[in-house]
Amino acid sequence: MLKDITLGQYFPGNSIAHRLDPRTKILLVTLYIIALFSAKGWMGYAVMAVTLAACVKVSHVGLRALVRGLKPLVFIIAFTGILNMFFTPDTHYLWEWGILRVSVKGIENALFMVIRIMLLVMGTFLMTYTTSPIRLTDGLESLLNPLKKIHVPVHELAMMMAIALRFIPTLIEETDKIMSAQKARGADFDSGNIFQKAKALVPILVPLFISAFRRADELATAMECRCYHGGEGRTKLHVLKYQRRDYVALAGGAVILALVVVLRRLGA
Amino acid sequence: MDMIETKALEFAYPAEEGEKPVLALRGVDTAIEKGSFVVVLGHNGSGKSTFAKSLNAILLPCGGKVYVEGMDTQDEACLLEIRRRVGMVFQNPDNQIVANVVEEDVAFAPENLGVASEEIRRRVDDALAAVDMTAFMTHAPHLLSGGQKQRVAIAGVIAMEPECIVLDEATAMLDPIGRQEVLSAVHKLNREKDITVVLITHHMNEAEEADRVIVMDDGRIALDGTPKEVFTQVEPLRTMGLTVPDTVDLLDRLRKDGLDVPLDALTVDECAAAITAALAKN
Repeated sequence: MLKDITLGQYFPGNSIAHRLDPRTKILLVTLYIIALFSAKGWMGYAVMAVTLAACVKVSHVGLRALVRGLKPLVFIIAFTGILNMFFTPDTHYLWEWGILRVSVKGIENALFMVIRIMLLVMGTFLMTYTTSPIRLTDGLESLLNPLKKIHVPVHELAMMMAIALRFIPTLIEETDKIMSAQKARGADFDSGNIFQKAKALVPILVPLFISAFRRADELATAMECRCYHGGEGRTKLHVLKYQRRDYVALAGGAVILALVVVLRRLGA
Repeated sequence: MDMIETKALEFAYPAEEGEKPVLALRGVDTAIEKGSFVVVLGHNGSGKSTFAKSLNAILLPCGGKVYVEGMDTQDEACLLEIRRRVGMVFQNPDNQIVANVVEEDVAFAPENLGVASEEIRRRVDDALAAVDMTAFMTHAPHLLSGGQKQRVAIAGVIAMEPECIVLDEATAMLDPIGRQEVLSAVHKLNREKDITVVLITHHMNEAEEADRVIVMDDGRIALDGTPKEVFTQVEPLRTMGLTVPDTVDLLDRLRKDGLDVPLDALTVDECAAAITAALAKN
């Protein structure tokens, strides 16, 4: 059951979207999010939807995979939609019942809200689907590099993130093993109310934590043995380098953001 | 010059309050020759792992000295250079792999050493080829078998271009096939790249092909010599709680039953030949 967790899942591939510099992709997603929140009216959202569709097309990531990513968020999306639909104040209503009032504006708001969340989630997922976690961390480290001047431990943070990502599968495997060991001795994780279930997890967490600390200790020794001494003077196997396609993609992103802002001004 | 030299090496782990620290190493004097393949044997608690960790300044001696190609491990200025020259592979492969792509992990050490990117690329390719793992370059380490992970860990050490590799019970968690993979990779490195190997283990059979065997007991070197010299000392080995290799055990029993066979036929073939010869004489 733990194997189903798709944390920052990555689909290997060789499309343009895969080959873009991770920094470009992080910047593009930032632009995309800004544009999404500046979008107003049907035209604005249409531009965003077309942008996303075009990105999906060039990334060769199946639409189905993207939609699957939305699944865990169905509740939040529905909740936001319903809230907007019933509680948007307006001058006249199509339907009223107690405090629940539906107006044309409400329906429109609800639709926009739902579309916005869906586009937001799908856009960010597209980035994690096409960028391996290690490239993503490399990109973040490189983008945040200027913060080193104000003593932000950028390298250390990136290293921690990379190691955390590396150990997720190992720790999941370990959790499964501990659960099996506890089940073999009669532990019951599936029945009882939520409090009983939470309590049943304690005997899993304690050994998991102890073993995680032991692993951390051994890993630190192994890293020292391989001459790790912080980020100073460190080089990289894969050096990040902006290509022409990165500049093109960034320019495209900027144009779309400008377009959305202009559309908002025009009130279209 | 010797690769590593220890002089009256003593080490004690910090003790709990109110307890006296117990010496894990009590005066180890030895020298490991360049290019040799040395196996260090001993039961649990004999001090063999402590000895291993003293060889590249992970543990610093409480008494005595350790020299790596003449550099004192207590000299902070030499620390990185010592660790580059003496690489170490540990028991649990999962806990020494840093990155989630094989090639990135192998690149970790040269990255730390500030090697230029193209040179890192070359070293990674060489190191993976040396342990026969080139085909797995872009794989995720957690999907590999134990033997494969351990070979990746070895590649990660070779990428530093060390003079010596210390394997601290690196085969203990592996199945027989994985163990064989790792051992043949290490033997190949010793033969072809002339890398000094110090293999810490409690499997007697891994010592058969070594140049030299050191048996540790209670923080001291108990026996030291070629595999033949060491393994024919059946009684001292048994009193130290170590089993002798199966072949020697068989020959020892045959001798006790009155068959005239030599004790020093270590490999299965030699052993078989010795027994056939003795039986033919009868």
